[in-house]
Amino acid sequence: MGAEIQLMKGNEAIAEAAIRAGADAYFGYPITPQSEIIEYLAHEDPYNKRTGMVVLQAESEIAAINMVYGAAACGKKAMTSSSSPGISLKQEGISYMVGAELPGLIVNVARGGPGLGTIQPGQADYFQTVKGGGHGDYNMIVLAPSTVQEQYDHVGLGFDLAFKYRNPVMILSDGAIGQMMEKVQLSPQKPREQKIYDWATTGKTPDRERNYITSLFLEAEIQERKNIQLQEKFKRMKESEVRYEEIMTKDADYILVAYGISARISESVIDIARKNGIKLGLLRPITLWPFPSQRIFELAERIKGILCVEMSAGQMIEDVQLAVQGKIEVKHYGRMGGSIASPSEVYNNFISLFLK
Amino acid sequence: MTDLELYKKELLAQGAEKIFTKTKNLTDTPFSYCGGCGHGVAHRLIMEAIEELDITHQTIGVAPVGCSVIAYDFMNIDVQQAAHGRAPAVATGIKRTMPDKYVFTYQGDGDLAAIGTGETIHACNRGENIAIFFINNGIYGMTGGQMAPTTLPGMVSSTSPYGRNMDTHGYPLSLTELVAKLPGTYYVTRQSVHTPANVRKCKKAIITAFENQKLNKGVSFVEIVSNCNSGWKMTPVEANKWMEENMFRSYPLGDIKLPQ
Repeated sequence: MGAEIQLMKGNEAIAEAAIRAGADAYFGYPITPQSEIIEYLAHEDPYNKRTGMVVLQAESEIAAINMVYGAAACGKKAMTSSSSPGISLKQEGISYMVGAELPGLIVNVARGGPGLGTIQPGQADYFQTVKGGGHGDYNMIVLAPSTVQEQYDHVGLGFDLAFKYRNPVMILSDGAIGQMMEKVQLSPQKPREQKIYDWATTGKTPDRERNYITSLFLEAEIQERKNIQLQEKFKRMKESEVRYEEIMTKDADYILVAYGISARISESVIDIARKNGIKLGLLRPITLWPFPSQRIFELAERIKGILCVEMSAGQMIEDVQLAVQGKIEVKHYGRMGGSIASPSEVYNNFISLFLK
Repeated sequence: MTDLELYKKELLAQGAEKIFTKTKNLTDTPFSYCGGCGHGVAHRLIMEAIEELDITHQTIGVAPVGCSVIAYDFMNIDVQQAAHGRAPAVATGIKRTMPDKYVFTYQGDGDLAAIGTGETIHACNRGENIAIFFINNGIYGMTGGQMAPTTLPGMVSSTSPYGRNMDTHGYPLSLTELVAKLPGTYYVTRQSVHTPANVRKCKKAIITAFENQKLNKGVSFVEIVSNCNSGWKMTPVEANKWMEENMFRSYPLGDIKLPQ
């Protein structure tokens, strides 16, 4: 049997990947540009027709993330999705999930902001996603797909990482990747695991102590101990979960650093630069947290400058600047509010920022 | 033999037929609630009901934010602590993915009727097959006696120091009557735990709320009107009297919706 390949929208790929990854539940609330996720799931009706996966439209983004909390605390593979303003609403629940050490997958198909903003794609959610938009000291792994295939693959990967560390994982996509159609190689259907975890609330049996899931530790000493334990977990994630892709960095004099749709545009920028005899490369972070700081630091030893391409006023650039520790010049180019830069526009700006 | 066991033996020798035994579903942690507060009794009744129905291994509770945020310190069963107001959404996530389990939320009036109004109404309206236990004492106890949605007209709290004024504070909100109108609720009742007779009635309602989950007919909603003598600045006896004379007038006890 040949590979199962299908032409799919980025949002549909997330939905199909969730079913095939053996997810137990999806809870969501409609918001453009990601409503196809819940629409696809509603149409597929996996609860009755495929795997028994629960699909429920909640009354709000807040309710949806708390439904994920409830299911996750039973050891279920649960997920939700939204777009920027809706993710702002979910931040409370995400902070609680980290505090209670619950696995779960959150997808953000980002649009332009602030406020209600625009329904066009945006990358201005880097801060709220990577720096922890909720309260308290916390981190979570953030995956940034740049193709529909990768968006599909990140669903299964996201669930695996969430359960590996008992911590929520976010896929930070954007309206462009969510809406574009590309070829996707589908993975075989995984069964729903129905696994009983020793930490999960599944009903207390006489052979074990009760399980309680909480993020409340009233005494300062106990809360601090909990925080130290969480920080150790984040350290382990930092040590082993950094993912990135490099394109033509070997001989590069300059590199672009970009993720998501901006990385796709940046690939074309490199083509233009190379045709003009400029040795330009690309480093594409696949995990925005943990960030490939070490690799960027190494590259900064031998390149002349970095241009960060982001559809924001410059958010990821702060992490790039931290990584290079002032060794070379780091500059930003980006459009905001749903506007997407063309490759030639980025190229021209690169030339005027670095080579004029 | 411990002192307690010796005492039990002595009582039995004197001809006692039945001695009160604490349910195994309560931990040995002493209740940290104020003396006279209804939470302790309400906790005990729910835990006893679960033991008597023999569903401990199938039950998952959801604790709110408020005085009973630490309910899981006392409840010797699997419990999740939810964000303020979100317990019905959390319970939905549990019940939808674990449909064979008995799921309940335990929420105060601030949690259920203020910040969690949306989650409460929608869980009820979807007919989630869960039990909601709603402790209504007309005040925010945990944070020090502020006005709640259920605070009575003229009632003094730290954020209505001159009494609740409907012109500026709005009216007391009874979600219990409201959710009874929704087709997704199957059983709605209002109880209290301030006298032995009321305790017995309340326990029956709690047992019914759990048993209903076998029928898959929607939400069982049990309001327990309770006191907050600390927040009301009264002695426990005064608080119970005040509750009878004032709270029960606005929140009359009895069944509001019975299975058709």
